[in-house]
Amino acid sequence: MSDIAISVQNLSKRYRIGLKEQAPDTLVGAMTSWLKSPLANYRQLHKLSDFRDDPLDKQGHELGATPDDVLYALRDVSFDIKKGEVVGIIGRNGAGKSTLLKILSRITEPTSGRVEVHGRVASLLEVGTGFHPELTGRENIYLNGTILGMRKAEIDRKFDEIVAFSEIEKFLDTPVKRYSSGMSVRLAFAVAAHLEPEILIVDEVLAVGDAEFQKKCLGKMEQVSRGEGRTILFVSHQMGVVTALCQTSILLERGAVAHRGKVADVVPAYLKSGIQETGELFWPATAAPGNERVRLRAVRVLCGGQPAADVPLSAMVRLELDFENHRPGLHLNASFHLLDKLGNCILATGNLPSASLTPDQWGGHPHPPGHYRVACELPAHFLNEENYAISAFVVSNVNCIEAQAPQCLAFRAHDDGAMRHEYTGGWCGMIRPRLPWFSERLA
Amino acid sequence: MDATAPISSPRPEPHLVIEASHGWQLINWRELLHYRDLFYFLVWRDIKVRYSQSVLGIGWAVIQPLFSMLVFTIVFGRLAKVSSDGAPYALFSFAAMVPWSYFANALGDSSGSLASGQSMLSKVYFPRLILPMVGVVSKLVDFVIALGVLALLMAWYRTLPTVNVVFLPLLVVIMTGTATGAGMWLSALSVQFRDIRYGMGFGLQLLMYAAPVVYPASMIPAEWQLAYALNPMVGVIEGFRSALLDTNPMPWAWIGVGALSAAALLLSGCLYFRKMERTFADVA
Repeated sequence: MSDIAISVQNLSKRYRIGLKEQAPDTLVGAMTSWLKSPLANYRQLHKLSDFRDDPLDKQGHELGATPDDVLYALRDVSFDIKKGEVVGIIGRNGAGKSTLLKILSRITEPTSGRVEVHGRVASLLEVGTGFHPELTGRENIYLNGTILGMRKAEIDRKFDEIVAFSEIEKFLDTPVKRYSSGMSVRLAFAVAAHLEPEILIVDEVLAVGDAEFQKKCLGKMEQVSRGEGRTILFVSHQMGVVTALCQTSILLERGAVAHRGKVADVVPAYLKSGIQETGELFWPATAAPGNERVRLRAVRVLCGGQPAADVPLSAMVRLELDFENHRPGLHLNASFHLLDKLGNCILATGNLPSASLTPDQWGGHPHPPGHYRVACELPAHFLNEENYAISAFVVSNVNCIEAQAPQCLAFRAHDDGAMRHEYTGGWCGMIRPRLPWFSERLA
Repeated sequence: MDATAPISSPRPEPHLVIEASHGWQLINWRELLHYRDLFYFLVWRDIKVRYSQSVLGIGWAVIQPLFSMLVFTIVFGRLAKVSSDGAPYALFSFAAMVPWSYFANALGDSSGSLASGQSMLSKVYFPRLILPMVGVVSKLVDFVIALGVLALLMAWYRTLPTVNVVFLPLLVVIMTGTATGAGMWLSALSVQFRDIRYGMGFGLQLLMYAAPVVYPASMIPAEWQLAYALNPMVGVIEGFRSALLDTNPMPWAWIGVGALSAAALLLSGCLYFRKMERTFADVA
């Protein structure tokens, strides 16, 4: 018996993404394409499940199988995981984490490559899969447990423990639809926490539930991994959790393994990866994010009129983006997200008329084709001493994203002492706004 | 409280290889057997949830065939004077409605099973074949209840079943096999083509007239009867009538042809389902 739990060799997964449809520009064209649409629909639907080894060679070009509609979610991924290892899988959205977990838990098949798994696997990509609102808590424990791969006898044995863990004894025979959402999450978790596989695959499911219960689940997972030597694969965006729970980590970038090693080495690499710290970011016309209507050309963090990667807390910070509009009359507005260093969104703002403090001539109004520059100001004495990142968006019709640059720029705010004349200790909080205060003597 | 006992595993360590599968494959029985508890709970959930929060509850299992029978008796029996092979028309049509409404409901459920179980499909692994089979099995409860009502109706008309009633289980096997086979085909197709979902209710309504529900199979011209019996439900329905109402001798030729085509449907459905299942999570 080897000490390898999971061995992944040259794993690739290819998806077909939706093909671009040709929009007819005449009434006759529209009618004929409408008449032809069942056939076109059939081809397109059929192709969704067509994962032949090489679509380009076998299907040729007549069906429009260009590389544009083939997306590699994973490309040639290889790694080994030892027994008892607790591995955090990290990476940005779209890096292939979920695809990897789905392949490892056999929900979807790889396009090529091979995985060998030694031991009983259970995967937890969602809490409460198969929960039925009409069934009681007791019934759902059995249903959910068997869905997760437990046998009835096993659930019988652990039933009391599951109920105790979930803290819902009183409602055991109440239909789950009458539960509060917190209660059903607790119940679902309690079932999942009592899986006893040799290998456990967990997606970012700890993000639900109240803080105290999350802690309890983390404790349970830790106990399971440390105490009982189980292999765990854990996907999370919360670097704090990954660092606390895992010994090693795999960083995925665009479907490939970018780093593999100790958590302490991989997490910083992740936090730095892909983010520019220059205060300014340009895209050439050919590589600009967006579509044929709108392209994002530049994003800047400005302080005192200059691009800055490090700003003082006492200064006003200006977030700026440049975009091109190619379609006359699009109702566009810009939006920024301010993120903390773990990628959590601190605030989101946009230049829609009711959402901006100052009247913006263009925000949400029709844009003739042209170049535009949009900016918003973060007031002085607003940020805390932290690392921040921003995401920039250009949106049409209030909620359709045309161009986006997620987590594209990072900057740091440093304390220049303007609010430190009295208190000099640690100052908690993601932001540190200077707020109006009022006191009065009541007696 | 949390001191879980360490797992003792006397079994050999399971070893699993995940890679792209190719070609055709049949059922993995061992795996299905391992997941039999899940199958059991899904069937049970289906039964329990189906009529919850309804006043008539399980009564709905009876109402549907009973009212169809009433309408048929008035329209086809009284007004159109369709032959009923000598039996009272009400009995004649109800004996057909019992297997037919089972088939229609089971197929409807089964063909939609993957679509309604989509959230499960994309979140957890289990043998996908379980889903279309759940509806086929859980609808047997309704079938048994309707069969009870048929017995009451026969008592009312003072009709005694023939000795051929011992062959009913065989007919039930053909009936469930047909529903399973067709359910596998349609559920696998409906993942990709939503049209199946939209066309199902209406298609089943039309199909009813392709089976001898409101008329006797003897009305079909003799030279076409064997081809007609390729629809497995022909043999099943006429078999029910012969065994219970003594309308004709047991139609073994039809039952035989129907059994063969049911077997073909089951085998091909299973193969197609297994071929398509690897893409369910990607396409659904």
